[in-house]
Amino acid sequence: MSAPAPRSTVRHYVSRVAFVVVVVLVAAFFALPLTWLVTAPFDASPTLTVEWPQWTLANFRSLAENPYALRSIGNSLVLGLGTIAVVVTLGALAAYALSRVRIPGRDGLLYALLLLSSVVTGTAAMVPLFQLMVQVGLINTQTGVVLAMSGGLLPTVVFILKDFMDSIPKSYEESARLYGARPGQILRHVVVPIARPGLAFVSVWVLVQVWGNFLLPFILLRSPESQPAAVIMYTFYTESGQADLSLISAFSLVFSVPVIAIYFLVNRRYGFRFHGGIKS
Amino acid sequence: MSTITTRGLVKEYPGGVRGVDGFDVTIEDGEFFALLGPSGCGKTTLLRSIAGLEAITEGTLHIGDRDVTNAQPGERGVAMVFQDYALFPHMDVADNIAYPLKIRKVPRTQRRQRADEVGAGLALHGLSERRPGQLSGGQQQRVALARAVATQPEVLLLDEPLSNLDARLRLEARTFLKVLQRDLKVTTVFVTHDQAEALALADRIAVMQSGRLQQLGAPHEVFQRPVNTFVASFIGSNPMNLVTTTVTQAGVRLGDGAVRLPETAAGLVAPGDEVVWGARPEYLRWSVERLDDAVEARVEVVENLGASVLLTATVGDHRLQVVVPEEDAPAAGARGWVQANARRSLLFDPRTTELIG
Repeated sequence: MSAPAPRSTVRHYVSRVAFVVVVVLVAAFFALPLTWLVTAPFDASPTLTVEWPQWTLANFRSLAENPYALRSIGNSLVLGLGTIAVVVTLGALAAYALSRVRIPGRDGLLYALLLLSSVVTGTAAMVPLFQLMVQVGLINTQTGVVLAMSGGLLPTVVFILKDFMDSIPKSYEESARLYGARPGQILRHVVVPIARPGLAFVSVWVLVQVWGNFLLPFILLRSPESQPAAVIMYTFYTESGQADLSLISAFSLVFSVPVIAIYFLVNRRYGFRFHGGIKS
Repeated sequence: MSTITTRGLVKEYPGGVRGVDGFDVTIEDGEFFALLGPSGCGKTTLLRSIAGLEAITEGTLHIGDRDVTNAQPGERGVAMVFQDYALFPHMDVADNIAYPLKIRKVPRTQRRQRADEVGAGLALHGLSERRPGQLSGGQQQRVALARAVATQPEVLLLDEPLSNLDARLRLEARTFLKVLQRDLKVTTVFVTHDQAEALALADRIAVMQSGRLQQLGAPHEVFQRPVNTFVASFIGSNPMNLVTTTVTQAGVRLGDGAVRLPETAAGLVAPGDEVVWGARPEYLRWSVERLDDAVEARVEVVENLGASVLLTATVGDHRLQVVVPEEDAPAAGARGWVQANARRSLLFDPRTTELIG
């Protein structure tokens, strides 16, 4: 074997170094805010820079004393779980039907819905949506927010779940039918359990979407008692009108915990994997 | 335990394609019945129509004395084993076997007991806690069979029961199926594209092509006396030799010589008639020395089949395949004589492709 030409060796090292530098920069870009999220809440005087904190739990104490902070986490959970219930139930039924029944123009319909779904919860729709909610008397109710969020998320969920349902062999259902199972029983005994990883994935995805949504609850919910965490965080100012970083940093950490917890819970309970059947 | 009777059964798909086109058959009580044909011949469609998974377009279907043409699948008393077995991946073996009983609202303890009973009969000891994904192909098939027979159905339907198993296991499972069916005495219909499987397992075989019944008969009938050239070429591990030729005074012309007229065709053809002469490679005799009523041939290809050898030889412009015992195998290029068994050869009409005799 002959040694590689010196020029190509140099080029090799330069490209390695450049690669490592880029990777480190990208990693730092994502790691810095996360580091801030972990350190700032425990700092006696948090700033917007990452630094070694002067350890204290005072920020959490003042957070607990805030009348709206913890309640808003509860509100976020109500909105998230409510939307999951609506979206997963309706989405699973719609996806199953669309996967199994032949309708002319089915795929066109799905793509059209997917395209239009961003309009429902989009900024441009906020004024008509607000007026609609006032008209039907759902303004300033969590039901209204859940319905609006569901409307925005359902097309995507139907799209994802339909793909998932398509991958479930029909012979499972036909087999159950032959033993006399009615459609409801087939759905409960066979389709839902087999589609469970897909349903679990969609639930977590919906929760994340609702949890982080600011605009919709900000516009539709007027009283601070019913506003979710993402909106309440917006109200944390000091008397002098500056962002109250000690409250915001502590709240940010509390804010992110439930989502992470639910991810692990769902992952352990249902698992993001496919059952080991014969999958043709 | 029941007979299955179809009268003029038609399954037409939207667009006018007929999967099954006018099917008349009576499958006897306790019979092991094969639907055999190439892919797309409508055999699976017919099976699914019997199961109720496909709506019947025309004609009637009776199971026992009941007209079940429009009955729901669950009301027909049929059980089916799917080609992919369709075992529920989220249930263990016992729950899978007991699922039909769950639908019938049998209490849980009784269900487990029945599942264990049926499982034990199908060599599934100690597997009742496993998930289908943890079983071998043969075990999965037995679980699917156990689930199908757990409710003692009147009719058992099997869709390509052996196709998902590897070659060695397939032979084992074939014998197992035959014994199981004999013990249960349940009317069984199975679909296969493998003629050897059909010959080995079935009491009677229906050979299908393009949605139509070609021939219905016991394995030996279908093998010995195919009603047309399609059945003749489809049945048999080595396809039947089919030669388009003419009848002469001496017999049937083959190359420069002639073989004896098939016995069953005597008196049905006259010299000068154009015919298709058919003889199975197993029923042709190869000899190095000249024989009576034999034609001279030259060996082109020699294929070893283990205990025997398959020769491809040319006689004039025709190619004949001959199965020869291993010890008599000639080499490629050798010359010899092919003699036909007059009792085991047939004549077909070249225009209608139907059997003359």
